[in-house]
Amino acid sequence: MSTDTASGGGFSDTETMTVREAIRQALREELERDEDVFVMGEDVGRFGGVLGVTGDLVEQFGEERVRDTPISEAGFTGASVGAAATGTRPVVEIMFSDFIGVCSEQILNQMAKNRYMFGGKTEMPVTIRTTEGGGMGAASQHSGTIHTWFAHLPGIMAVAPGTAHAAKGLTKAAIRSNDPVIVFENKQIYEQEGEVPVSEDYTIPLGTASVEREGDDVTVVATQRMVGESLGLADELEGETSVEVIDLQSLYPMDTDTLLKSVEKTGRLVVADESPLSYGTHAEVVARVQEEGFFSLDAPIQRVGVADTHIPFSPVLEEEILPHAEDVRAAIDRVV
Amino acid sequence: MVSIDIETEDGQREILRRMLTIRAFDTKAGELFADGELPGFVHLYIGEEAVGVGAISALEEQDYITSTHRGHGHCISKGLDTYQMMAELYGKRDGYCNGKGGSMHIADVDAGMLGANGIVGAGPPLATGAALTADYKGEDKVALAFFGDGAVAQGQVHEGINLAATWDLPAIFVVENNHFGEATPMEQQHNVEHLSATAEAYDIPGFTVDGMDVTAVYEAVKEARERASSGEGPTFIEADTYRYEGHFEGDHQPYRTEEDIELWKDRDAIETFKNRLVEAGAITQEEFEEMRDEIEAEIDDAAERAKEADYPDPSEAYEDMFNATVPEINDFAARMRADGGER
Ligand SMILES: Cc1ncc(C[n+]2csc(CCOP(=O)(O)OP(=O)(O)O)c2C)c(N)n1
Repeated sequence: MSTDTASGGGFSDTETMTVREAIRQALREELERDEDVFVMGEDVGRFGGVLGVTGDLVEQFGEERVRDTPISEAGFTGASVGAAATGTRPVVEIMFSDFIGVCSEQILNQMAKNRYMFGGKTEMPVTIRTTEGGGMGAASQHSGTIHTWFAHLPGIMAVAPGTAHAAKGLTKAAIRSNDPVIVFENKQIYEQEGEVPVSEDYTIPLGTASVEREGDDVTVVATQRMVGESLGLADELEGETSVEVIDLQSLYPMDTDTLLKSVEKTGRLVVADESPLSYGTHAEVVARVQEEGFFSLDAPIQRVGVADTHIPFSPVLEEEILPHAEDVRAAIDRVV
Repeated sequence: MVSIDIETEDGQREILRRMLTIRAFDTKAGELFADGELPGFVHLYIGEEAVGVGAISALEEQDYITSTHRGHGHCISKGLDTYQMMAELYGKRDGYCNGKGGSMHIADVDAGMLGANGIVGAGPPLATGAALTADYKGEDKVALAFFGDGAVAQGQVHEGINLAATWDLPAIFVVENNHFGEATPMEQQHNVEHLSATAEAYDIPGFTVDGMDVTAVYEAVKEARERASSGEGPTFIEADTYRYEGHFEGDHQPYRTEEDIELWKDRDAIETFKNRLVEAGAITQEEFEEMRDEIEAEIDDAAERAKEADYPDPSEAYEDMFNATVPEINDFAARMRADGGER
């Protein structure tokens, strides 16, 4: 698998936009490109999505293609499976990833297993977009980071953009994929700006990571919000420690080769992901790197994440729980 | 062939043939299972033939159905091949799912059969989705979901129906009320006498029909299909029926008596319909027996061939996960093998 670079793999024409705008541009382009694509979810139409991602799409595409659903995650997620199996390409928004609990049957047993169980005779071109993460004082039922569950579930691909260009490229690739893909968007980075290729052809192949900043002393493999935090930290440490920052982008499949190549150069690895630390996304990165790259390592691998807790409401408590740049810095200090 | 005209003698004989095929297939499946020939679970449809055949015969060929863990009858009604079904029951490569699905997951999407299902209540949202595709693409296709009386207690059934009703989708919801969810009687699972009463909550038509009368089921679904395809939205149909066999083979059935079963067998759908046709002169008793013997021989042959058919190669276990190529699957598989493949 090839590595996609920060510049977007040869797409030089870029515009500055937020992660939110990048996702909306991806949706707009795919709705324009393919009549079979439609968007559905709670309040995605007139209201523009509860976190404003779908925005004005309904004005351009109408209520058939950007459709508001009743509040019934099992109903419409299940409908997306039936619709995908019969020739459309639904893009479903689940307001907060915590609500996936309500419809996990349809993902777990229908969406993920349909193709395999039927001997490869169906396709399942469905995309789920959902929001993750704390930082909004939304308390534990609206702040969870659950992507490990679905990256772990065979039959589902899981991606999680850390930058605006990743947000656009991954969303488009998910919609074009004939496999079920869940896009985990961290709600704290919707306002984060970046350079985004404006080409309609721009996608990021599923299963590719991106080296966002090159460095020699330590590799930080980060996801979502932790990508930005780590890039900021790398700037701060310039002249002191040379930090390579990789946006993992695709949780499953995972671009192990890019990780190994980086660790071969730096000899040190920190994994930063805003999810509970036990049995998680971190563990998968660690396992892959040590299985194949053990002899490149000069120090134990370090993990930065959430300490197996829920996300509390009070800002003081929430701040305590969520990982930040200083946690990445502490991890780097332990190994460099 | 799926759609048939019940008004014609040919149509009537075809309906009889389908009901007999289901009975022969499931009788055979029960025997094979009892003999330890078949792996996994099989849930027999015997006694309920009029529901699957009546409903699907009223659909058009291009229509979709979703099914349940008790799906053989729906597959046969939808015109699926009994040899490929048997092969799937045996876990053979010739099966509809190349041996990956088994009895509870037989599917043939090209034929509009969107899958039997091991999850009680999962089908209605899927049918709603298929109806959504039809509506979205402006195709004259209807999606019909079969589900049991037990499934009506599942939340996702209601979400699926509500969505279809709200969006006026071309869907039909058919409850096969065979009076038991595994071992628990319907009365202990629901507070309504007739499950069709639930239709009221969605403001869609709801009927209870005699599920032992293939004509009654056919006519109700025919009407529902017309309503669906003319944009008037879904219909909820409860078919009152009964399963003669246990929930699974070896079920000692403490929840009912032999007399209960006999009462329903007195109203056997195949027997009743055949007698009606004999009286009307559409078929003779001899022709009926000939037809039955022929079907039984076909099923025996299908089972025999399925037994002899090849199993899939073990390496096929790693196939069909994704449309895309995902290198980890092969990498991990190689590593797990005793001879330790290299990455
Ligand atoms: C979600 C779920 N819960 C429980 C089961 C176990 N189970 C299999 S069949 C069945 C009974 C279903 O009853 P009903 O829907 O009336 O269908 P019937 O067996 O009568 O055809 C149960 C409880 C299951 N397969 N799925």
